[in-house]
Order: sequence, then structure tokens, then C-alpha cells
Amino acid sequence: MEPSLKEPANKKQRKAVALISGGLDSMLAVRVIQEQGIHVEGINFFTGFCVEGHTHAVRKKHKDKQKRNNALWVAEQLGVKLHIVDVVEEYKDILLNPVHGYGKNVNPCLDCKTFMVKKAVEWIKENNFDFIITGEVVGQRPMSQRKETMPIVAKDSGSDDLLVRPLSAQQLPPTLPEREGWLDREKLYDFSGRTRKPQMALAEQYGFKDYAQPAGGCCMLTDENYAVKLQDMWANRASRAYELDDIIMLKMGRHFRLAPHLKIIIGREEGENNFMQGYKNQFVSIFPTSHPGALCLVDGEFKSDEELQQALRLVARYSQGKNAIEVTLNTRQIDGTEQAYSVTPMKESEINKEWTV
Amino acid sequence: MSHDHVDARRLLCPLPVIRAQDAVAKLQTGDLLTVTSTDPGAKMDIPSWSRINGHEVIEIIEEDNEIIITIKVNQDA
Repeated sequence: MEPSLKEPANKKQRKAVALISGGLDSMLAVRVIQEQGIHVEGINFFTGFCVEGHTHAVRKKHKDKQKRNNALWVAEQLGVKLHIVDVVEEYKDILLNPVHGYGKNVNPCLDCKTFMVKKAVEWIKENNFDFIITGEVVGQRPMSQRKETMPIVAKDSGSDDLLVRPLSAQQLPPTLPEREGWLDREKLYDFSGRTRKPQMALAEQYGFKDYAQPAGGCCMLTDENYAVKLQDMWANRASRAYELDDIIMLKMGRHFRLAPHLKIIIGREEGENNFMQGYKNQFVSIFPTSHPGALCLVDGEFKSDEELQQALRLVARYSQGKNAIEVTLNTRQIDGTEQAYSVTPMKESEINKEWTV
Repeated sequence: MSHDHVDARRLLCPLPVIRAQDAVAKLQTGDLLTVTSTDPGAKMDIPSWSRINGHEVIEIIEEDNEIIITIKVNQDA
């Protein structure tokens, strides 16, 4: 629970909003600030690229994995309200046109952090809060959390000296809340670098035992496999513009790029197949009828019978009839029209490695 | 007292929570909101969001792969 406040009656209760990702650092940052008697609420931005949620929610394989939103869980542990903001539409421009470019994959981390802090600035103005906190640590991430780039986030977001990084505050110039005495700088921290030891020690001090530690952060854009699929989609479309369904589908199934104008997505297991069923009115689909098997969604169009045969035979391969002489499948058009085909399942040796995205 | 409904079927985490949050913002204390979701995560996330924001979950029903959660709104928390 939030620590009790013991301030003089005439002292204004200061309020901070924290960017809460669901990881340990933002959890610690909030608690450090709560300890100084500040009222903290959380804000979390949904860009469409959040790691948690989609894949675990869909895949039966992950049914034993606890299905929780870590940002909500963290907020509840800390006793703070959490405001989740849908920024899917606004985020498109950040991803497509990052001023500071991409990191190792398609992660526009510096632009992304600036965007989120900028949104937080708008939020504190609308909600009469005093400042913003994040769990950033100097030197922890190669793009957005370097000593040289952290001031860029503060400047470009318009947060300036209202942006406090409690875990690294002593490594950075004093902010307004420190100068005004709302925060005691001596009780903030000087963490830096990629080591997690100081955070883990502080977590232990606060009694935090169960916390998320996502490898590489909580964003699919830092994931190499996901980045390859996204870049393939961009490379084979007239424009890089995307919709939420596009980026969710990149997390589902096996992707085979049969031609620039044609990709097929084959469900990997029951949970994905069930989820993909919901897209049958947006995509042409293929499904085996003679054997149990995966659903396939067709992104693009067949321009030749050879392409259709390749798709049918691949889908047959991922059915329980993969060793049968013949598998019967139906294609289903978006209007519901179905047509039956019989094919020989594709052998592994026949799969062109370049098809796999 | 009003009773609103949100259809969050086929939406994945955290969209069912966001839809619930946006609907609750338009309601008054004592109003009810029922959210229907197909995301298994909603069973934890919507009650969690309700607790931290002071709303009361009064019913959770699971049927036919759907999770139906009814919240009693408290805007005074």
C-alpha cells in the first residue's frame, strides 16, 4: 500500500504520474517516490507492440503461463491507479518516421520514449499533476537510456525539468521537484549501467519478490524474429502503412512468403487456429477437411495455379495427414464460397528456405 | 442507474481493459458495466483494473469460451 503521508497541513500534496511498463525498474521508481510522500498514479501506453498479452493469450501452449497484464499487476502491488492509454494510431508515425532512427531491429526507442513522455506531459496538464517519473537507468539501454540521450527525451518531450528518473537522479542534473524540495535528492539513487544488481538489491529491500523481467524489454519491435516479419511485410506492400490487425497477425502462426504478392500464415496450434478463425472474413483461408490440421490465412492473392498448389501442399504438410498420399482441403473466399482440392503434402525437402519469414 | 455493455470479444490484452476503462469514464457511481471478452487474460486484468481504481466486480461468468464480467462503478475512489 501507499505509505502514509505525514506532511504539514499547509504543504501542498504533490502528485506524480509514473510511466509503468510492468517491469521492475518502473516498480522501484514508483516506490522510491511514494516513500517521499508523493501521490503517484501510473500511466501505460498501448502501442500494439506490447509483448505480453497477445501471444500468451492466444496460444494454448502457454496455458500454464499466468495470463496477467504486468503493468496492472505492478500498479496493484504498489497501490496506485493505472491509466492505460490506447496510442495505436498516434504511434504509427513514431514507428514509420523516427527522427532518431531505429535500434538493432525496428525499435525506435528514443523517439518512442520521447513520445510517451510527451503524452505524459499532456496528461499531467489535463489532470493537474506536478511531475513525471520513469524507471529509466543511465546506460541501461543502448539507445534511449544513455547519458547523452536522456536529456534529449526531456527536451524533445517538453517535460524538461519535470521529468524525474528516481533510480538515476543523482547521475543527472537536479530537476524542478528536487530544487523545489518536493523531493529529497539524497534519497534518490545513482544507478547506472547494464547491471541489474542495484535494482535487485532495492527490490529485496522493498520486499518485491515477484516481478517481471522481460528479456530485451517489453516491446516486440526489439525482437529479431518479429522485426524480420515486419520488414518483410513492409518490403512487399506498396506502403508501410499498417493497421492493428496487421501487426497482431505477425505474432501468429508460421509465415511463408511464396511471392511478393503472396504470403500464407499457417496456425501453429489450436489456440492460434481458433484466434485466426476470427479473420476468415478478412482473408481467403485454407483448411484441411480429410485430416485434422491447421488453418491457413492467405495474405495477398494467387496469381497462378502453381502458387495455389504450393499453398495447398504446405497446409497439407502441417495437417495430421502430412504422411498421407493425399490430403483434401478447402479454400474459402471472403464471401464464404468454398472449393475442394486434393493434393500431396509437401515434403520438408521441397520447402524453399527462402519462403520462411 | 444505468447498465452498459461492452463487447470486447476477439480483442486481446490490454484492449478489453481499455474498452472497459473508456466505458466506465462515461458512467456514474452506482452504474453497472458488463464486459464480454474472449481473452483469458481479461479474467485477471479487468478485476485488477477495477480494484486499483476503486470499482467493484460483482459477477464473473465463464461460458462458451467467453468471460462476462460485471462491474459496479465507483467514481468517488
